[in-house]
Amino acid sequence: MSFEVIIESGRSEKNYWKDLWRYRELFYILSWRDLKVRYKQTAIGVIWSVLRPLLTMMIFTFVFGKVAGLKAPAGIPYSILVFAGLLPWQFFANGLTEASNSLVGNERLISKVYFPRMIIPAASVITSLVDLLITFGIMAVLMAIYGVIPSWNILLLPVFILLAFAASFGAGLWLTALNVKYRDFKYVVPVMIQLGFYLSPVGYLSSKAAELLPEKIRFLFYLNPMAGIIDGFRWCIFGGTLPPDWNGVLISLAVIIFLVFMGIRTFRRMEKSFADII
Amino acid sequence: MPDTVIKVENLGKRYIIGHQGKGGYRTFREQVMQGVRSVFSKTSQMISGQQVVEGDEVEEFWALKDLNFEVGQGERIGIIGRNGAGKSTLLKVLSRITEPTTGRIAIRGRVASLLEVGTGFHPELTGRENIFLNGAIMGMGRAEIKRKFDEIVDFSGVEKFLDTPVKRYSSGMYVRLAFSVAAHLEPEILVVDEVLAVGDAEFQKKCLGKMKDVSSNEGRTVLFVSHNLMALSSLCSKGIYLKNGQLRKQGMIEDVLSAYSKEGMESHLSQWQGLAGDEHIQVTAAKIYSPADPTGFFTHQDIVLEIEGELLQPVYGMIMGFTLWSQYDYQLAYSLFDDTDPSTEIVTQVPGRFKKSFRIPANTLASGSYRIQLDVGIHNQKRIINNECDLEFTVENIAGIGRKYLTDAKGFRSLFRPGWSSEKF
Repeated sequence: MSFEVIIESGRSEKNYWKDLWRYRELFYILSWRDLKVRYKQTAIGVIWSVLRPLLTMMIFTFVFGKVAGLKAPAGIPYSILVFAGLLPWQFFANGLTEASNSLVGNERLISKVYFPRMIIPAASVITSLVDLLITFGIMAVLMAIYGVIPSWNILLLPVFILLAFAASFGAGLWLTALNVKYRDFKYVVPVMIQLGFYLSPVGYLSSKAAELLPEKIRFLFYLNPMAGIIDGFRWCIFGGTLPPDWNGVLISLAVIIFLVFMGIRTFRRMEKSFADII
Repeated sequence: MPDTVIKVENLGKRYIIGHQGKGGYRTFREQVMQGVRSVFSKTSQMISGQQVVEGDEVEEFWALKDLNFEVGQGERIGIIGRNGAGKSTLLKVLSRITEPTTGRIAIRGRVASLLEVGTGFHPELTGRENIFLNGAIMGMGRAEIKRKFDEIVDFSGVEKFLDTPVKRYSSGMYVRLAFSVAAHLEPEILVVDEVLAVGDAEFQKKCLGKMKDVSSNEGRTVLFVSHNLMALSSLCSKGIYLKNGQLRKQGMIEDVLSAYSKEGMESHLSQWQGLAGDEHIQVTAAKIYSPADPTGFFTHQDIVLEIEGELLQPVYGMIMGFTLWSQYDYQLAYSLFDDTDPSTEIVTQVPGRFKKSFRIPANTLASGSYRIQLDVGIHNQKRIINNECDLEFTVENIAGIGRKYLTDAKGFRSLFRPGWSSEKF
């Protein structure tokens, strides 16, 4: 016989990470399902992944660049500046939304089959990673059109993508676990995302926002993990013209680590009761 | 004794249920104040992921308690019990969907649990895609599904619609496809809940057959929950009877099933006692029983109806008999005492106490519920008793016709036995 499983109260702790590896095929197939189902029965399908960020970019360029009259540093078109902030933000926001609804949306699975539950939110964040790749394509086209040449820093971009992934996965784990028990969080997440959108330097530069805050409480701005990540993204793409506030990035990094830690902890603690209360 | 593959020790599962306290009449202001207070306390409990108990009173409920049993390799165990007895909870604990509160289970081998047909089927995906999805959810690897794909499609009989989203399937097609994936699972231990309740009879039979084959040919262990006694007795070798979360009986399937139906019978009204009739005749008691096994009714045994009463005066053309109804209110039979005598002469009955009985021979009624309606009257004059003392009884099939080749679901009610003969060529 291949292996022996012991089921006991509190026992699942020990083989959890091993199980996660064993169930990797289920993870692939659930990600594939989420991707596949995404644009089913939509007339233009994948084009939505292109249209959504483009439209947001146009509105933001208009509101911040024209109406508010904010200026981009020399040599960078405002629309590209916005788009570079939009990339990580949308990845984070989509990932978080999908992840926080993922457990409740897969209620039937959870109450009928065993597998490490973490697979579900992870698979839904992966789905938004695919969207990120598509928007990168658009970004490349836009940069070519405007004649913007990326700096060598771009090689460090994967690090910031990973950070964005961690932020959205950590917060997503936390929220989706709580959402199983208290559906209140279904209403909390959209509000958080809407607030976060304006608190994050998507349509403007963080240096502008930071100037408004006294030196002493400037760090508050970076408690939003996306502030540091967006700065990092812009730095990777535009290079030295937009040096980030590294202290700020470090604060964001600390917040991300905290989110991942708390997310996993809460999730693991509540996981055992998911099937009973979902 | 074959190798033990599942060993359950002192297993218990507790749920906490909150009740809304009755409370008294409260003013609006009190309601609002309490609401505000509870918002604050609930929010803080919520953020930290603690249990927020709804209602004022909390009660513990043990869905399973002190369960101990062992399952050997290759055994097919039937689990039976009334609704709420803990069967599904047991399966959920065994398949690791939920954690036990106390006790320990040791399982050797890969477990696949089929607690629902088509778990994870996505309506927007095509049949082909759902085979892969569902297979992966049930624990099959991609390579394994690929290898069995044709077989699965064959078994389901929906090859024409493989590339249609399953939301456009008829419910029958949906179930067939889902079953086919499930039937091709090859875990060492298969856990099956009452999934066979859906699907047409023929397909059910096919699935039961497949499960049986898999178990006996390849030494796989099957745990099977059902309310269908016939399916249980034909598929399983051993049984476990749960009652209120506790083990009531375990052992050979026949013993367990008869223990189960015995206790079930108590609630059925198979006896009547009282006084019905008029100045001519009075019936005081009626009962149905099975002489061979007074604890239940079984297709392979006789069933007897006994009527007691008194004839108060001489009556010309006294009629006594019954109508037999099926559970869906079809009249199956009508029979009168002395109606089958060769003579057609009607006689006058002499007064006195009487006890009449008649026998429904073994292998007459198929399994199911029946109602007997007494019919007492005077020929061509009046009806004295018609529906005052109806009796109900349920016949179980644990050793009779239709057990070997499952035929129960086809809906016939009579076990007419033609004399088969065969010749060798």
